[in-house]
Amino acid sequence: MTSRLVTKIAGLKLANPTMLASGILGLSGSSLRRVLDAGAGAVVTKSVGAKPREGYSNPTVVQVECGLINALGLPNPGIDYFSEEVSGAELRAPVIMSIYGFSSEGFAEVASVAAKSGVDALELNLSCPHVERTGAEIGHDAGLVADVVEKVKARVDRPVFVKLTPNVADIVEVAKAAADAGADALTAINTVRAMTIDIETTHPILANKIGGLSGAAIKPIAIRCVYEIYREVTVPIVGCGGISTWRDAVEFMLAGASAIQIGTAVAFKGLEVFRSVTEGIEAYLREKGFGSVKEIVGLAHRH
Amino acid sequence: MSVSLIDINRLRITKIREIKKESPSVKTFLFHDELCSEAKPGQFVMVWIPGVDEVPMSLSAIGPDERFSITVAKVGEATAALHKREIGDVLGIRGPYGNSFAPVSGNTMVVGGGTGLVPLAPLTEELAELHASVVFIAGAKTQNELLFLDRMTTTLSRIDERIIAVTEDGSHGVEGLATDVAEQTLEKERFDMLYTCGPEEMMYKLFLLAERYETPIQASLERLMRCAVGICGSCVIGKFRVCRDGPVFSLNQLSEVKEEFGRFGRGSTGKRVRIPS
Repeated sequence: MTSRLVTKIAGLKLANPTMLASGILGLSGSSLRRVLDAGAGAVVTKSVGAKPREGYSNPTVVQVECGLINALGLPNPGIDYFSEEVSGAELRAPVIMSIYGFSSEGFAEVASVAAKSGVDALELNLSCPHVERTGAEIGHDAGLVADVVEKVKARVDRPVFVKLTPNVADIVEVAKAAADAGADALTAINTVRAMTIDIETTHPILANKIGGLSGAAIKPIAIRCVYEIYREVTVPIVGCGGISTWRDAVEFMLAGASAIQIGTAVAFKGLEVFRSVTEGIEAYLREKGFGSVKEIVGLAHRH
Repeated sequence: MSVSLIDINRLRITKIREIKKESPSVKTFLFHDELCSEAKPGQFVMVWIPGVDEVPMSLSAIGPDERFSITVAKVGEATAALHKREIGDVLGIRGPYGNSFAPVSGNTMVVGGGTGLVPLAPLTEELAELHASVVFIAGAKTQNELLFLDRMTTTLSRIDERIIAVTEDGSHGVEGLATDVAEQTLEKERFDMLYTCGPEEMMYKLFLLAERYETPIQASLERLMRCAVGICGSCVIGKFRVCRDGPVFSLNQLSEVKEEFGRFGRGSTGKRVRIPS
């Protein structure tokens, strides 16, 4: 690996621009360490709230054409327990803790505990599509998003990433609200609200019936979101949604992403996906004569 | 065989073809599914009971043709619902998932406890095909929970074998624990491989015996499972994902997760929970 891949985003220094997306393998310190060992430049934990949550019954993950639909229901051990888990793991690369709350004060409360655990940054899950009164229900309202970001920023001294939902009429409006309220980076996008029904038994397959679609199916939606946000907002963007190859990653960067997150591809490509994407990005930069990742961010906007 | 995970992970709706009562609380359900009929011993499927739950189940018989079976003890809501299903009812199946037992042709010991005998039955059939020498130790609390004794007797009759049934209440075979019999046997002879599946306390004792007698072991672990494809993190033990890196683990792997193995699992919130002994 060379210095070409070193990526700075919101004050964090990543050895390469790949990150583990929230929700994937992020509930134990040992799992996070393994993902870093596999080559991720940073890891985002599973979303954690004030209190432990058991999540929904199975089925919680179902495969459809070109992707997975999940409705885990935010299972997590609660911020107090999880802070100890993460600080005890002594992880060396940047760790970003994903958090959720049911109100601005709720978010701020969890954020202040999370910041004390020694994580490098926070990512606000303002976009979970399958749990009521949190996530997307806040994330579709630009005013509420601004309020959450302001209250969190007032309580913590760490960079704050805001993960946006694509399930809105105008993602740019929400992105702007988050940025104006002080977000240090924006992650786009979370999963797309989706559903699948078994025609033989007539049952919706997920226990929660509705979930979030991830994987290749949502990549063009995510590219469009990143592209639109980049035009209007100056804070760095982390691209997420259907990335499984270096080509996908480069496409996100050309649209305006400074770094990218990988989730669903861990299922189908294994943890080796971080290394293969990183190596591919490096080869692309070298062949095209670019000195760093930064030089290709937003290049598609020239046309 | 190179089938992609995308094929394996597709939910298939499949009919129950046959049902066999193994004991008062255990039933075997037979299905047709091409992918599962080509699975390897130790692999598992996710079984969807529409409107109830989706649960991981080891394969109890694999092939021939498109046939495979699961063998299920009635222990909770999902398995109770499954026990009420009849021939012709449909369930959802995805899989087979995970790694598998690696059969060897030398001197082997197979130790199963309760429904832990389920994945060991197709393994033992493969060992018989390889003309391995097999000491088969089947443990249970009581006589009617001893699974597959007739099937194993038939399978192993072709090769050098010893079948030892062990019950905690002494209602059949040796009275005591399967691990006691395993220990006595290990004191007397060398084995090329130990295979085990059952209560984690039992497997942990066997792991310690494997360390003491410097014998390789393959143990099939069980944890809470959700996605089955290695992303949700529900089934982790140390750095391993039971659904993807397991469910079968080697002596070295188990040594790496010694702090958790035999002691802690993870509950539905992700918190560590003590494994009941």
